[in-house]
Formats: sequence, C-alpha cells, structure tokens
Amino acid sequence: MIFKRQSILPGFGPTFGYTVLYLSLIVLIPLSAVFLKSSSSGWNHFWQAIRSPNVVAAYRLSFGASLAAALISVALGFLIAWVLVRYRFPGKALADALVDLPFALPTAVAGIALTSLYTENGWLGRYLAPLGIKVAFTPLGVTVALTFIGLPFVIRSVQPVLADADLDVEEAAASLGASRWQTFTRVIFPVVRPALLTGFALAFARALGEYGSVIFIAGNLPMKTEIVPLLIVTKLEQYDYSGATALAVVMLVTSFLLLLGINLLQRRSRRFTEPA
Amino acid sequence: MNRSQVKDPVLVRWILTGLALAALVLIVVLPLAAVFVQAFEKGWQAYRDAIVQPETVSAIELSLLAVGISVPLNLLFGLAAAWAITKFQFTGKNVLTTLIDIPFGVSPVISGLVYVLVFGAQGWFGVWLAAHDIQIIFAVPGIILATTFVTFPFVARELIALMESQGTEEEEAALVLGANAWQMFFRVTLPNIKWGLLYGAVLCTARALGEFGAVSVVSGHIRGQTNTLPLHVEILYNEYKYAGAFAVASLLSVLAVIALALKKFLEWKTSEERG
Repeated sequence: MIFKRQSILPGFGPTFGYTVLYLSLIVLIPLSAVFLKSSSSGWNHFWQAIRSPNVVAAYRLSFGASLAAALISVALGFLIAWVLVRYRFPGKALADALVDLPFALPTAVAGIALTSLYTENGWLGRYLAPLGIKVAFTPLGVTVALTFIGLPFVIRSVQPVLADADLDVEEAAASLGASRWQTFTRVIFPVVRPALLTGFALAFARALGEYGSVIFIAGNLPMKTEIVPLLIVTKLEQYDYSGATALAVVMLVTSFLLLLGINLLQRRSRRFTEPA
Repeated sequence: MNRSQVKDPVLVRWILTGLALAALVLIVVLPLAAVFVQAFEKGWQAYRDAIVQPETVSAIELSLLAVGISVPLNLLFGLAAAWAITKFQFTGKNVLTTLIDIPFGVSPVISGLVYVLVFGAQGWFGVWLAAHDIQIIFAVPGIILATTFVTFPFVARELIALMESQGTEEEEAALVLGANAWQMFFRVTLPNIKWGLLYGAVLCTARALGEFGAVSVVSGHIRGQTNTLPLHVEILYNEYKYAGAFAVASLLSVLAVIALALKKFLEWKTSEERG
C-alpha cells in the first residue's frame, strides 16, 4: 500500500504509476526471470554448475583480479584526488576532465586499446617483455583493464570529501605541534577513509561484472584467463541456459550484497560528516 | 589568509603531482592515444575506406536507432520518476529509489541474459513469439531492450538529486497564482531542470552508444543486420583487421571525448541550477 501525504501539486498518480510500470517491465520482471529459471532447474543442477573446475577457476580470477584492481585504484585514486584538490598546476582542469574518460570510452574500445599497448610489441609491452613481465593474455592484463575501469570511481568518491574537509582542523593540529605526516595519518586520513571504502566497493563491484574491456586483453585461455562474465556468454552460446543462469545468480547476489554494503557505508559516513 | 602550516613542502608537492600525472597518462591517456595512432597507421585512405564500408555504415545506423529509441524512453521515465519521488511524500520512496539504481549493479552480460530468458527460443515467451513469427532476441528489438536496460537509471538519478534540492515552493506558487498543471510544468519545472535533464541525456547517450556486453549477448552478431558500432569493432579486431577496428573505435572515441566536454560544461550549468 502506498500512503501519500496531501499535496496541492498535480500528477502523482500518473507519474508514480508510469514509474512502477516501466521499472517492472524493463528491469524487475526480466531480472526475476534469472531467479525463477535457476530455481526451476533444481538445486543439484545449480550446485554442479557453479562447482565445475573451470567455473571455480573463473571465480578465483574474477575475484582476485577485481580485488587487486580495486586496491590499486584506491592507492592511485587517493593520490590523484589529493593532487587535484590540494595543488595548483597548469593543465589541472584538463587532468580533472580526463578522470572521467573510462566512464565515457566504450568498453570494447578500451579493451582493444589496452591490448595493443601491452602485447609484446606494443608501446608498453616492448619495455616489459625484456624484464620478463607479460601483461597481455595473463591475469595481470585482466587486472590492468579492471584498474582502468575502477580508478574514476575512487577519485570521484574521494574528491568531494577532500574538498569539503576543514583546513582549520589541520591548522589546529599543526599549531599543536603535529608534524605534517602526523596530521595526515591522524586528521586527514580518518576523514577520507569512508570515501575510500565507498570508492573501493564501487570499483570492486563494477570490476566483477566488467566484460568488454577485459575479454580482449585476457585472451580467454581456459582455466587461466577466463572471467565469470565470459563463461556466462560461452554457456549461452552453447545454449546451456541453466548453467549460464546459475553463474548469473551467484554474481547478482554478490553485487547486491556489495551495493547494500555501499549504501550502509554512505549512510554511516553521512552521519559522521553532517551535524545532527 | 596564510595557510603555510597546512601546505606541503614544495618538493613533496612536485613529486606527488608528477606521480599523479604519470599515473593518469599511463592509465587513461595512453589507451586513448593508441586508438588514434593505430586508426591512422595505414593512412587516411585506409581510414576512410574502413568508415564508408557498408557494414560500418549499417552499424552506425543501428547504433543511432538504438540510441534514438532508448534515450527518449529513459528521459520520459526519468522525468516521471523524479516528479513522483521528489515532489511527494509517500511510503516506500526509498525502496523505489533503490530499485531504480539496480541496472548499475548488474553485469552487462546479465543485462542481456535476462532478455534471452524472457524472449529467447527457450524463454518464457519463446514458443508464442515463434508461433507469431516475431523475433526479439538476435534481432533489433533485443538490442534496443538491452540498451534501454543498461542506461535505465542515468536520467532518473540525475533529476532526482537535482529536483530534491529545488523543493516544491516554486511549483506551488505557480498553482496558487492560477497556472494549470502543464503551464506549471513547462514554465516553472522544465526551465529549472533543463541543464540537469540534458546532463542525464548526455550520460545516457554516451553509454547507449558504447554498450558492448549486454548488446553482444542479445545480438547474435549478424553482419549488416544486428551489429552496433562496438560489436563491429570486435568483429574487425577478431578478423585481424586492426586498422579497420581502430578506425571504427576512433569514431566512438571522438564521441566519448565530445560527451566528456559536454558533461563538464553541463556540470558547471547544473551547479548554477542547484543554486
């Protein structure tokens, strides 16, 4: 039941009705098909589908590479956000605009571009190959692609918090005798920690589901560089709908839990930053 | 005011700035540069040939068609959702707002999969659709549906944030002064949110043009029929036609850069709207 408080504004009925109808038709009903399909194929089938060796290997790669990429994004993202907020330098506006490029660049374009950079005769690969570092067609390549995807999430989470942070508090710490490093670890870092966590979770969640930018640089070697979304596509191409659905259910539940965690984090950080 | 106590030493500033810019160049700028350099590697003529090829042209047409249908649909939805959510108080409001964000949390591959399960040969309506000779999966309608799904929240999310900050006083004043519902909407609400609406439309269009995973699952990769631009890039690349793949990719990259520039401009405009 929807209880609406009185208002003189018109249009609640049609706009609310249309919102619910469109949401159900485009998102909720199709999405429920995944859960209904997997429950109709039975528990045993589900269990077998998600425990076969190549699936387990894919989960290990997807989670491992996403975790590594999210951690790298946190470190680099914090550094870039810090420099963009606190320092002035020529070209700063351009650098700030470039941060969003991974959001805007189509994933397939990013995928082939990154692959061409890191193959053995690519712009970067040719310097890494003599050092014995192979990036393209290895788990490292998957991590590189996921870092490209994840970095803007961290920067855009941290930037507003750093910009709002009160310089007076830092000044107070300094005048009470704290070194710059102490001020950083005891005053600045605790303020941005929730934003870093949010950025980490957003980058991680996005990395788990990412497909286009990864499949080219991964090379998709069975048991070695196959990510979970690729296995879903492979199973669909073999008309193994229930197998594909089983993998999808696990991924959906994981990402919903992550989103729930992000929501709780954001609510908590708001409680800390906003006066009651 | 002298803030010398909270300034980092010059050397630290230079080192950190250098590291940050190096990271940005390495991670973001180099891939973009690589696209353009490789697109023109075989010269202008080869570039032009790759673009005017009939298969590329039909991919451009299909991409524009998918954008042309999914973006207006999501604009209309965004307006309706933001109006209901921000101008009225009702129970279940937070749940509704959260549900709208769902497509952002779903892997693109799964966004395609859901429609295969509903409309595919083995799906809920598969038998019925086959009997009536209607094809949705591996056809254009599937591509439009998948594109609509992945771009679903962009406009709604932007408008909800913007209209929440604007409140309801101006609309109420218009009504009290005798405006009817449409006059209120076109003379008060729409002028207040126009830049925000455009911002949502830009994000929505950029994503719709570039979507790969979801569209790839439902398209069936039929050349000249169900290939959007990003799918065409993949096919050319997998056939080792690198120059062609990067030429088409460069088109998409130019559009992405334009979208970024528009986004920056509109961010500046919407911050004025928020007041």
